Amino acid sequence: MRIEHLSKMFGDFTALSGINLEIHEREFVCFLGPSGCGKTTLLRAIAGLDIQTSGKIEQAGLDISALPPSERDFGIVFQSYALFPNLTVVKNVAYGLENRKLPRGEIRTRVAELLALVGLGDQGDKYPAQLSGGQQQRVALARAIATSPGLLLLDEPLSALDAKVRVYLRHEIRSLQRRLGVTTVMVTHDQEEALTMADRIVVMNQGVIEQIGAPMDIYRRPATAFVADFIGTMNFLPGVAEGPDRVRVGQVVLACDAGDAEPGAQVTLAVRPEDIALQDVKSSAENAFEVEIGSMEFLGSFFRAELADEAMADTRLRADWSINLVRRHGLEQGQRLHIALPRDRIRVYPQSSLHG
Amino acid sequence: MANLTATESAGRVRPKLGRDDWAMRGLMVAIGLYLIVSLALPLYAMMSKSFEIYAYQPQLIEFQVNEGQGWRPVLNALDLGEELGVLKRGELVTTADGRLQATRFFPDFSFLSETRYRIRNTEPASGGFMIRGTRIVHDEWVEYSSGDFRRVTLRPGISTGLGNYLSYFSTPALFTSIYNSLTIALISTLVTVSLAFGFAYALTRSSMPFKGAFKAIAMVPILVPSLLPGIALIYLFGKQSLVLKVLQWMFGEEAVAGLWTSLIQGAYGPTEIYGPIGIVIASVFFTFPHALLIILTAMAIADARLYEAATALRAPKSRIFWTVTLPGARYGLISAGFVVFNLVITDFGVPKVIGGQFNVLAVDIYKQVIGQQNFQMGAVVSVVLLIPALIAFTVDRFVQRKQVAQLSARAVPYEPKPNRRFDNLMLSYCGLVAVFILGVLAVCQYAALIKFWPYNLSFSLNNYNFDVMDGGGWEAYGNSIRLGFYTAICGTALVFLGAYLVEKGRGFGYGRAGFQFLAMMPMAVPGMVLGLAYIFFFNDPANPLNGIYATMGILVVCTVTHFYTVSHLTAVTALKQMDPEFESVSQSLKQPFYRTFGRVTAPVCAPAILDISIYLFVNAMTTVSAVVFLYSPDTTLASVAVLNMDDAGDVAPAAAMGMMIFYTNATVRLVHAFLTKGVLTRTQAWRGR
Repeated sequence: MRIEHLSKMFGDFTALSGINLEIHEREFVCFLGPSGCGKTTLLRAIAGLDIQTSGKIEQAGLDISALPPSERDFGIVFQSYALFPNLTVVKNVAYGLENRKLPRGEIRTRVAELLALVGLGDQGDKYPAQLSGGQQQRVALARAIATSPGLLLLDEPLSALDAKVRVYLRHEIRSLQRRLGVTTVMVTHDQEEALTMADRIVVMNQGVIEQIGAPMDIYRRPATAFVADFIGTMNFLPGVAEGPDRVRVGQVVLACDAGDAEPGAQVTLAVRPEDIALQDVKSSAENAFEVEIGSMEFLGSFFRAELADEAMADTRLRADWSINLVRRHGLEQGQRLHIALPRDRIRVYPQSSLHG
Repeated sequence: MANLTATESAGRVRPKLGRDDWAMRGLMVAIGLYLIVSLALPLYAMMSKSFEIYAYQPQLIEFQVNEGQGWRPVLNALDLGEELGVLKRGELVTTADGRLQATRFFPDFSFLSETRYRIRNTEPASGGFMIRGTRIVHDEWVEYSSGDFRRVTLRPGISTGLGNYLSYFSTPALFTSIYNSLTIALISTLVTVSLAFGFAYALTRSSMPFKGAFKAIAMVPILVPSLLPGIALIYLFGKQSLVLKVLQWMFGEEAVAGLWTSLIQGAYGPTEIYGPIGIVIASVFFTFPHALLIILTAMAIADARLYEAATALRAPKSRIFWTVTLPGARYGLISAGFVVFNLVITDFGVPKVIGGQFNVLAVDIYKQVIGQQNFQMGAVVSVVLLIPALIAFTVDRFVQRKQVAQLSARAVPYEPKPNRRFDNLMLSYCGLVAVFILGVLAVCQYAALIKFWPYNLSFSLNNYNFDVMDGGGWEAYGNSIRLGFYTAICGTALVFLGAYLVEKGRGFGYGRAGFQFLAMMPMAVPGMVLGLAYIFFFNDPANPLNGIYATMGILVVCTVTHFYTVSHLTAVTALKQMDPEFESVSQSLKQPFYRTFGRVTAPVCAPAILDISIYLFVNAMTTVSAVVFLYSPDTTLASVAVLNMDDAGDVAPAAAMGMMIFYTNATVRLVHAFLTKGVLTRTQAWRGR
């Protein structure tokens, strides 16, 4: 599947612009972004429900840009599930199989198979309102894959569910997708969902694609400050480039890959809280400096420490340290200590690119 | 610049339309065309009729006389007529049926003489002249013996202009109706809205008992034609007043006579109930449920938190009323006001029965058309009536939009707490209103069963012997039921399908907006106007649809169109509550739209569909205004029979027929309630857990 130069206008408002994307066979792709970033609009364009203003969509080598949904090949699950309330589970799942000149018996077998696949083999005669949210979600999934579509579209399928059910279903959907080998596109605003489920993530913001990559890539090497900020927690430090591999923050000079930032240019440094090293840091190590622990917040499995020092002016750093580590070093509020920012974990962005 | 646009539009994706899209657009255009043919075109025909002026054209007519000594010089009819004082330049306007005898131009005419006459119409396209029903418009001389010449009449020609409007506004008897109509509508609106607000207040803010019964009773006026309260008032306060009889029986004739004379027969003459007061009382009766429904909806969404906050701030009850209750209901009150205003100003039944000499616009249309056969003037009055109706409609739509916005707020429903004094007060108020409503029905039923009021008070069913009276007899009643069923079935199918296409169609924005506009139009058009417009449009022999004129078909079309808007809005509301993704899912599963419509949309909306059909049935049974112009001897209707029997002085049979309509509607309502319950349990099993 290939998307080229796609854009969508709603009157004067640009919802999508210059979208280029390739989705491979059997791949699980997540569109991730804050609400209003255009991810659902892109999904609906792929489905043909709201056709793009310009640009091309190809599926299996065919140009489907202008086709109505009924002439495309996909199954879809909506956030609301859109189960037909007056039809039983069996009839809902069978809905797409009818009218295809299939023998009745075959439909019945297929439906039973599908219900067993999603673990609802014994719920067939119930109405959707009699099922829990998670069960409804699975019925919607069974209905979407009943016709064996070449593409499965999931529009925030888990966001209406409880946290626990959500985690469970993530896994379910992922393994189902692997088993069926169906190319899948899922829209979500939940980064955890995207990171755990997707083969590749498409991070979107304000109608454009910010980055496409595997979950680890996106997390480790966010291409833009937006991605860095949106995925996970991130420390942002204002700095001035001093050379291709040196940036000054306050009075601290840090070794890092400044890319093509001109010397003297304002830049933003980004470093993840869990990457701030404490263990065995000597004052002479690279990128090491002394800070004071401003506050310690207990967050269950780890502590989040707020670090400050005059040398860094007003900038505060958040560091995530395991309970173990904190106990071992006997860390507490007001303590002074040495930390280091590993050179390969620092990302440098032009300063103007960060908003919000 | 032009270049840029060209490249931009080249890259633009033009969505390909699927089979469904074509089918849905086709159907929508078809229903849109129905609305155009059944509403827009007739209205246009009526508008153009109101500008048509019929005037004699004697300047185009020439005479020649031969008294046996050869043909005398040619005479121009205008010159001749003016010389003789038969006609005057500038005063030639007449109606479509105006005829001027040719012999009037020859004062010494005798049909026994040997004189021969020639007449010529100098301009082929003009009015020409007639003899023995044949119209002659060519420009050749035609020669007649005096025996034939006495049968020659001049016909008026047609021209367009503002003449009809000028004569309307220079005839006080006509234009005072505008003032009358507005006054009546305003007073009725004030009274109805206040009464309905009190009733709604009692239903929503008190914990009095019997709320369900009171609500049911308040809806009763919807089930009867608006003629009925008028008839009841005649019995109660008319020449043979039932109230007077009761008072006399209680206190003696002497004691009551003085009071009665000064009170009822005082300043306004002996038949004072026939006039504005009667119209207002009867109008309040029939508009009450409409106002109540709107105000109830507005008050039902009150937020309990506001009341709690106000009480916590120690605001006294009266202050809570003025600062919380009233502002919360204001859109409902305004909307109810405009709806009632519109109902009253366009209503024909009430003023027809009880208006007496007090002229209002809706009755003027009837009088002009049925009484005087002056269709052009009827059209003019219709246009005049259309203006306030349109304004009220527009404002109401605007206000309703605001009300919806208010509805979406998340509110905690208000639960009234018992308060004995307040509850008893509210109970007695609602009791009074209920007595008034049921009293009207009771009086009509009593009148229908009495042999001959007030002289023979024994009971009989003579008044139900409709077949011996004017008005169409029992056949009319049968016709009404047929009309009710046809309207309910065809109308519901048409309306629901139309609403579905508008709500769930894909793309085609302009088409859908246009359809939505067409669907809203009927509400702005008063029934009398619609009926008259149908005469102009469908009675035109040149209209290919002329065939349905004077059939049951035109009554069904007219009634469906007349009540289209409210049905449409009901359907749209129900459809809006459905998940918009049902259609998306069906498309992804490659199912045609009609399958989803039949298997999901229609069954899920079954309660709304039943509501629409009952609404159409009840209104088809009670409506008078539009159909009064359209029924034929074979298709008389019960509601029209009520009108005609009342007109002929058979008031008791009219009351009897009116009550038949009530019982029919009440029965159908009950069956409907039963069916709805059945449908809910059978097809809507999914609703409950």
